[in-house]
This record gives sequence, C-alpha cells and structure tokens, in this order.
Amino acid sequence: MEHMSLTERILRGIALTLVVLFFMFPLFWIFLMSFQTNETILRIPPSLFFEPTLINYTSLITGELQTQAGSLKIEFMKNLGNSVLLSVCSVAVALVLGVPAAYAFARHKFRGSEDIAFTLLSFRFAPPLLVLLPLTIYFRQIGLDNTYIGLIWVYQLICLPLILWIVRGYFEDISPDIEYAYRIAGHSWFATFRKIALPLAGPGIAAAGLLAFIFAWNNFVFALVLASADKQPVTVGALAFVTASGIQYGQIAAAIVLSIAPTLALALYAQRYLVEGLSLGAVKG
Amino acid sequence: MTTLELKNLSRSYNGKPVIDDLTLSIAGGETLVLFGPSGAGKSVLLRLIAGVVEPDKGQILIGGRDVTADEPDQRGVGMAFQNFALFPHMSAFDNIASPLVAHRKTRDQIRAGVQAVAKLLKIDHVLSHAPKALSNGQKQRTALARALVGQPPILLLDDPLRNVDAKLRFEMRLELPRLLANRGATVIYVTQDYKEAMALGDRIAVLHEGCIAQLGTPEEIYLAPKSVSIARLFGDPTINLLDVTPKADPLGVFAEVSDRPLRIFGCDASVAGRECVLGLRPESIRFIGGDVKGAIPVEIEAETPLNEKTVTLALTRGKRELLISRPAGTPGPVSGTAHVAVDERAAMLFDRATGMRIGGETAASLAKGEAA
Repeated sequence: MEHMSLTERILRGIALTLVVLFFMFPLFWIFLMSFQTNETILRIPPSLFFEPTLINYTSLITGELQTQAGSLKIEFMKNLGNSVLLSVCSVAVALVLGVPAAYAFARHKFRGSEDIAFTLLSFRFAPPLLVLLPLTIYFRQIGLDNTYIGLIWVYQLICLPLILWIVRGYFEDISPDIEYAYRIAGHSWFATFRKIALPLAGPGIAAAGLLAFIFAWNNFVFALVLASADKQPVTVGALAFVTASGIQYGQIAAAIVLSIAPTLALALYAQRYLVEGLSLGAVKG
Repeated sequence: MTTLELKNLSRSYNGKPVIDDLTLSIAGGETLVLFGPSGAGKSVLLRLIAGVVEPDKGQILIGGRDVTADEPDQRGVGMAFQNFALFPHMSAFDNIASPLVAHRKTRDQIRAGVQAVAKLLKIDHVLSHAPKALSNGQKQRTALARALVGQPPILLLDDPLRNVDAKLRFEMRLELPRLLANRGATVIYVTQDYKEAMALGDRIAVLHEGCIAQLGTPEEIYLAPKSVSIARLFGDPTINLLDVTPKADPLGVFAEVSDRPLRIFGCDASVAGRECVLGLRPESIRFIGGDVKGAIPVEIEAETPLNEKTVTLALTRGKRELLISRPAGTPGPVSGTAHVAVDERAAMLFDRATGMRIGGETAASLAKGEAA
C-alpha cells in the first residue's frame, strides 16, 4: 500500500466509491423512501429533501393502512413472524441433518458417497418452478400444502445442500490426526465428533447456517405457490401492497427495511465468528 | 509388561500395498525403533496398531489378546503424532488430561496426573496456554505428555522429534530412553534419523516397501546390514560403495581397490568373477604413513571438517570416490597422494544385481565380539 503513487490512490478511491455507490444506492434510496408518503416519492424530479414521516412504519405495525380508497388490512407483522419461523426452523432442521451428513461425507469414503453428495448439490441446480408443479399436486394429496411443515420441508432444497457442501469442506480441513488422537486417548467416535469436529468446524457451521438463513429468508417462489396468506413470509406478503387503488411504494420500502433488518443484524453479529481462524495452530506451521 | 504381536498384517491404498504381509513380535518393555525412508509405511503401521486404520488382513495381538476388531479407544495404546495433533481449542492442560477424562478419573486424579507428567517433561508452567501459544518444543512435549499420562502399556511414537529444532532434538534423544525405561511400556518409535534409531532402540526394524528388511540390534544393523540399501541408510558420512569383481586364490577372496588386493573375509571362492559391490565404512579406513604392505594409494580431493570428525574425499586409481573419516584433530594429508589401510574385517560384499549381502559372518561375529 505504501508504494502506491498518488494517482493510483485516487483511482483506487474512485473505483471503490463507484462500487459502493452501485451496491448501496438502491438500499439507501429505499431507506429514504420508507420515510416518505406516496406523493413525495412519486414527485418529479425526485428530491433528497422531504418531510420525514413514520406513517409507513406505524401502518405496517398496526396492520391498518389508510388510503384514499379507505382502510386496508395488511398482515405484514404476521408475514414477518412467518418468515422468522420458516427460516429458523428450516435452518435448524438443515443443520441437524446436514452437519452429521457433511461429517460422514468428509471422513468416510463409502461406495457412492460422491454420487449422493453430488445429487444433493444438484437440488440447487434445478429451477424451482420445475419442481413446484408436481410438488404442489403431491403436497395437496398428502395434505402438506399450506402447512409450516410442508414449507420447511421444501426449504430443505435450499438449506440442506448449502450447509452440507460448505460444512463438509470445513470438516475436511481438520487434520484427521487430531481426531485420531482423541480416539486413541480413549473417547468414542461420537464424543470425538462432539468435542473435536464440531467445535473446530464451528465457524464454518455458523457461516453455512447464516448463509442458509439468508437464502431461506429471501425465498419467494416456494411460499408463493405452496402457502396461502396466513402462512406467507414477508417476501410474498409485500405483494399485498400492490393494491387496486395503486402501489403503496412507501409501505413496500418500509417493509423491505424491516425485512432485511433481521438478516443484516444477524450477519453483523455473526461476523466475528465468521472471520475467526479455523485451524488454531495445533498442527505444525 | 505387555507384548505386541503383528501377524501377517497387510494394508493397501488404491490397490498399492503399503504394509505387505508383515509379521513382527515385540517383547514387553522393549523399545523397538521402526526405521525407514519416507513412504516405507511406518506411519501406516503405527496407525494400524492404534486402530485408526483397519488392516486388509492379518492380526494384531496386544498382551496376547486379539485386538484386530477393537475400536481405538479400547486398545490401551498411547500415541504421539509427528505433527503433534494437539486439540487446538483446548489448553495444554486439557490436551494432556484427555486420556484421563476418557477413563472417568476424578478431578483430583486428573490434576495430579497431568501435573506429574508435565513436571517430568518441564512444561508445567505452560499448562494454561492454548496450543498456538506454545513453541514447537513445548507442543512436542505436550503431545508426548498426552501419550504418556494414561500410562498405556503400549506407546507409539511417530517421529516425535521430527519437527523440533536440533538442540531440543539432541536433548530429547538423551532424555527419552530414561523416560521410556522408567515407564516400563512397550514402545514403538518411528524415525527417519539413524542416530535417533541407534540411540533409542533396543532393536531396530528396518521397514522397506511395507516389509521388514532387517530386524536386529543397532550394532547388528550397522555392522552387518543385510543389503546395500540398509547399509546406505545408516551412517554419516554414508558407506563407500565400490563396484568390484572379486578374485579367488588359495589364500582367500580378494577385491581390487586402486589395483591393490583387499582381502574379503566370510565368503568362499564361489563369488569369484561375480559382479559385486564392496562396502567400506568411512571410519574403517585410516591413513598410514607410506606405501607399506596392504596400503592403498589414493588422491586427496577435499577435506570437510565436521564437529567431531574430519571427512576426506579421495579418489582411487580407478577414479572412484572414497570417503575417509577420522577423529577431528588428528593429522591427515590435505592434498596429493596418500596411502590408506582398510580394516578388512569390516569390509562388506554385496551382490550387485540383488543388493543382498554375500557371506557376512565376519561383521556379525564382530558385533558379538564387541558386545561381549
């Protein structure tokens, strides 16, 4: 960095600013929109200066939206609750199933292990719409459509492969000798998994869990097709603001701010775990 | 004192045999050094004994009990790994304590056990440190302490001095035999360093391509190696190997070095005319004053003073290199032509095609003679 000339530093600064602007501007604009009414949002030309209002947030939280056409009931808080429930449960189930599976794939090379692991990964390749039609019919037949359990099950298509493949890599990074040493010391394989493999892969498991949570949270199409209004997450619920009397931009912006807040908070909180080194210097080097 | 027996043990990886029909029996309380170049299967053999790698076939008996099907936690072995394999998320104390914890000792027993072994290995002041805060030497001692603390009847040490600095290695080479003898454990010690092997082993097993190439006391292996490759592994500077075709006459068998005959003991006239390799240890050659009977003329090329000895590189008349070793401080020629005498009884003859020793009674009897 010290060898960099002035021009290089300036160019670097401009490039960084452009990148940050490109990614942050939409978020920033939405944040501003969430404090405006539809009139100020839609005025031309748009302006950075306006009278801030909390009406969007209050109407979201109280569930009552006042428009020119009259009062409209919105289920946003219920949607937010659904999002939390679906994402948390999906990630929990995926962790319970995926982490032991990842360990098995990392440590034991059994017949067909690579094929099974790849099949699980291929769930991520399939376009969701392709899966959805037959799935809807099956779910209707076995009574799983419009249930939390059904949705959490389908969400495994998103979470399980992600957790499996990320965590597997972290398990493979742990020197098998460390586990052997624990076994030889007289511990069972399960104790070794619990006391050695899990803590050492901890940061990786946290990262994978967080990523899976974000993917589950942002999912739209599964819930759109498989759930009715009372089970829908925020991503689908935000559609309710596209009303017959017009699009409620202010509410949509506020809903977006509220719905990215939990994932953002989680990411910021988990950041220090994510950057923690994996192998803590036990092996030489 | 627990014996250890390996019967017809085999293990292959991807169709390539790493341990090939290996049979070995180790007496209770014995320290056996497993010696061999890298890739010889030493570490795999230790892992087979520890139970973390399963054999394709064969049996492992500890104290007469067949443990082949037992899990590693039921075998009662202690093992120190070459890369230390410390648990990175636990303190040195917890690392060392883990075998005691596994055997459900009380808190006081654990503390006493860890303290005792830590004091013995001089790491009692760093017990609260995490492995990453330890120096390599301390890591190595922690790993050793963890292997020792449960007082396992079988102790497997996988090149534990490989990754520590030279000074510590020298110290530990002196300390370890005493430490191991006090424990009364049966020890298998893996190393690639012949000095370590000779210093620590009651017996040395030379492992080559998954088989035991030679098993014997350090003296036997040094003075009577079974093959050229074993002879080359032991000794620094390495043994001189000269291609010769011995001749026989009524007085005995002779090989020619610098056109002078050199008597070979321990083999009969049948080797005459065969293509052979003559092995001469550098320390079995000495400079002599002049061209007396039995002297071999050489051209001095270079001299390398090592700490405790001086090694001279010389050329025979046939332009073949010859290393000559003498104690440091003793006078020797530095250039020109000189004459050397060879301790004929220490000369070894190998078959050039197979690399195997021919005859070879002399050195073995020499070893016994020295021991007596």
